[in-house]
Amino acid sequence: MYVAVKGGERAIDNAHRLLATKRRGDPAVPEVAHAQIREQLTLAVDRVMTEGSLYDRDLAALAIKQARGDLVEAAFLVRAFRTTLPRFGASEPVDTGAMQVARRVSAAFKDIPGGQVLGPTFDYTHRLIDFLLEAGADIAEPATAPADDAPMPRVTDLLGNDDLIERNPPGDPDAPVGDLTREPLDLPADRDLRLQNLARGDEGFLLALGYSTQRGFGRTHPFAGEIRLGEVELEFVAEDAGFAVPLGTIELTECQMINQFKGSATEPPRFTRGYGLAFGHCERRTMAMALVDRSLRARELGEEAKAPAQDEEFVLMHSDNVQATGFVEHLKLPHYVDFQAELALIRQMRREIAERQNVAPREQQALPEAAE
Amino acid sequence: MALAARATAAELAPLETLAGPGIRMLRAPEIGLVMVRGRIGGDGAPFNLGEATVTRAAVSLATGETGFGHVLGRDRDKARLAALADALWQAPTTREAAEGVLAPVRARLAAEATLAKTRAAATRVDFFTMVRGDN
Repeated sequence: MYVAVKGGERAIDNAHRLLATKRRGDPAVPEVAHAQIREQLTLAVDRVMTEGSLYDRDLAALAIKQARGDLVEAAFLVRAFRTTLPRFGASEPVDTGAMQVARRVSAAFKDIPGGQVLGPTFDYTHRLIDFLLEAGADIAEPATAPADDAPMPRVTDLLGNDDLIERNPPGDPDAPVGDLTREPLDLPADRDLRLQNLARGDEGFLLALGYSTQRGFGRTHPFAGEIRLGEVELEFVAEDAGFAVPLGTIELTECQMINQFKGSATEPPRFTRGYGLAFGHCERRTMAMALVDRSLRARELGEEAKAPAQDEEFVLMHSDNVQATGFVEHLKLPHYVDFQAELALIRQMRREIAERQNVAPREQQALPEAAE
Repeated sequence: MALAARATAAELAPLETLAGPGIRMLRAPEIGLVMVRGRIGGDGAPFNLGEATVTRAAVSLATGETGFGHVLGRDRDKARLAALADALWQAPTTREAAEGVLAPVRARLAAEATLAKTRAAATRVDFFTMVRGDN
């Protein structure tokens, strides 16, 4: 238990001044502007927006600068900021089918209506350090090709048309949507709450859990049905205007995972699915999220739930890196009273053992079996 | 309104001169949050993905028209100007002029969308399977 302490005010102030100097680094090197982080470290910004659970590129970039590049600390700053603002309401659910697609790939089908679009990707690079970046070489203008306005339906919708994959129930339109920022998480949690939890969960944690399902801890036979990245319109029913107003566009990444089929005596077998969605360009995260989403459906689909990724309490209660870092890192704060108690206890135990050994060595030798 | 939401404050600034005197702030620009919702599986029941910063404002013109501005981000000036754009667009005398201010925004967004589309199209790939496939 942490007990409040007093004192050390000057040392704390000085530590924070020292931190500011360390953050700045060598003054001979130009200072990085938050706009540079926003434009050039975009994937870090996207991760901080997603885990900070707040879409605001400028704010996430500033948080990264303030946190000296510690993305968990930056997410923490963003979460703290959001608590200072009133909530105007909830958006209309975004339509990812109408996304302005910048990237879209399917590992399940090679010929999909609208085509496969690689977009800006690390895939198929050789992962060799590019020393031209150090030298500041000019960047070639991106190639262009004639674009058509062919629709890009979600790949899972194509399978759905043939009834080969489970449908997503539309839900009761009047039912409230679970929100773990307003009500503490209750278990078992419905899928809306699970997805909200996973959407803001730590990418490393989701990645490890998703990986564990691939290695056999709750195998779900996944195929990346589709990963898409692009801009979607955000609309919001404003109370003062009284109708849905467009707020602008946001960038999202979506992953549709297609998983092993499931049927019954009355239902023909169909593929099942897992879903991932994130702010910005977060491909690894959405894939891992989709794997874990599917694993957490074990009970619903009548599967044996033995693996960590299938354990709702284990996953949902440990996914949030702001909570996790708070509890792990609080161990740094003074625990002097607690530790004094432990110290007194261990000294007493040792004294009692020593006394027993000194006072009655003969008794102990006489009764070896009793001692065991 | 979609145009005003995606414009920059600088692009909307010419609206100030159109509005003339007698503008009342019904709601001073205010920064807040909107919870962004997705759908389970893309088309199922809604779920809460995370919030976005939004700034809102409301103005009325001397002629009585009321305008609302709701824009992503934390730019108070832009929210006020977006509300102004909404009000001016509703007033028959200023609609055309307001459209004139928004026209370059429309053109910029269209050009950006076309560039993004043609660049994406250049990365379109036709995979063909080797050995095991049918191609």
